Amino acid sequence: MYWLFNSSIGRKLIMSISGIFLILFLLFHATMNLVLVFSAEAYDMICEALGANWYAIAGTLVLAGGFVIHIAYATWLTLQNRQARGADNYASSNKTQTEWAAKNMYVLGLIIVLGLAIHLWNFWYNMQFKELLHLEGAVSGGSGLVIGLFSDCPVYTLIYLAWLFAIWFHLTHGVWSAMQTIGFNNKTWFPRLKVIGNIVATIIMIVFAVVPVYFGIIGLFK
Amino acid sequence: MEKVINITVKVWRQKGPKAKGGFETYPLNNISGDTSFLEMLDILNEQLINEGKEPIAFDNDCREGICGMCSLYVNGHPHGPDNLITTCQLHMRHFKDGETITVEPWRSAAFPVIRDLMVDRQAFDKIMQAGGYVSVNTGGVPDANSIPISKLDADEAMDAASCIGCGACVAACKNGSAMLFVSAKVSQLALLPQGKIEAKARAKAMIAKMDELGFGNCTNTRACELECPKGVSISNIARLNREFLKAKLSD
Repeated sequence: MYWLFNSSIGRKLIMSISGIFLILFLLFHATMNLVLVFSAEAYDMICEALGANWYAIAGTLVLAGGFVIHIAYATWLTLQNRQARGADNYASSNKTQTEWAAKNMYVLGLIIVLGLAIHLWNFWYNMQFKELLHLEGAVSGGSGLVIGLFSDCPVYTLIYLAWLFAIWFHLTHGVWSAMQTIGFNNKTWFPRLKVIGNIVATIIMIVFAVVPVYFGIIGLFK
Repeated sequence: MEKVINITVKVWRQKGPKAKGGFETYPLNNISGDTSFLEMLDILNEQLINEGKEPIAFDNDCREGICGMCSLYVNGHPHGPDNLITTCQLHMRHFKDGETITVEPWRSAAFPVIRDLMVDRQAFDKIMQAGGYVSVNTGGVPDANSIPISKLDADEAMDAASCIGCGACVAACKNGSAMLFVSAKVSQLALLPQGKIEAKARAKAMIAKMDELGFGNCTNTRACELECPKGVSISNIARLNREFLKAKLSD
């Protein structure tokens, strides 16, 4: 098992698998959000189910583990790659026509982590965390919290949209790159994987955008 | 009409591996468009020798794009701005009159500069020595068609085998990764029956050597395949990942 941590491909496999896990989580999370547009009651039921229950806490821990592994390995790999690249830069710069996202995955990742921090502060802290530590003001049904945030302060809608855009860029490279690392790619599948990646990234972005945009607009006409 | 240009060449000069290097600029006049890039450097070197200066050291050998000896990072591209050619096949007609051409050595921690534009690419030889060969007895020359190989595999193996080991992939990669080179060498053997026998050991040994020599981790930016003078595809990298993971999982 040591090869997972000792070899470059092993470390990349960890990035790939944790990345796919996070994509699956995003799809689940986005679907859950969509419920709020149709029924606040149904949404609150989901929120309560995912409160301070043992299975929700176990799920949160696994999820946090996925994030930590993905971010820690991204940092480790990036540092190794900078070292492998060497201290000397090209004076004539690098003019190879690579995709922007492909070369800036770590930067995009940092933006996503920043957005994640805001997001956890907005919601998770007030919902599961407060309930867990029996702090005051714990919210069990989150519909009011979500609707309040976006309709009271439409600036949050813009912040969340910028965040989603960064995630979109990250995923347009991430999806096919993860499959390439696993070894599931060849000349036939490469264009297909790129299309699949773009579709997955776009679906995730649009479904997530529905809630902030919908309640942001409602807030503007309140 | 023949194109004749006057150019300024901005070249990396470095006396030795430990010496501090820097750029020098040299004006060069009346260069024909039909001159190859290395011939242009020959002309420049002759001019330098006549002026009593040290000529520029650069790697070259066959000058017909087969040997993989020439390198040079020209105007932001390994092997220059033209596609699917090595530096020796690059011609001066691709440059404008009055242009300043920047010529640098490959930049990667695993390819240290020896002098001026020459870099030490022995790391590639060490990776090859780790397993880039067939050491089992494959018998005498087989009769034609006695070992059936699909057209698809034969073509893929040939495409992978077109790698000349010049190191442009490493030079182009922001991570200093040698994955395109290693994947081409693993693929050309793993696709054919003679090479399949040792495929697992080969993938493991070559990757272990690659990591040991300080090459970076591939992040699939595709810079390597876009700059490869032989157009080696990153589908080989997927195959290398597959071969390596299969080998490790079957341990």
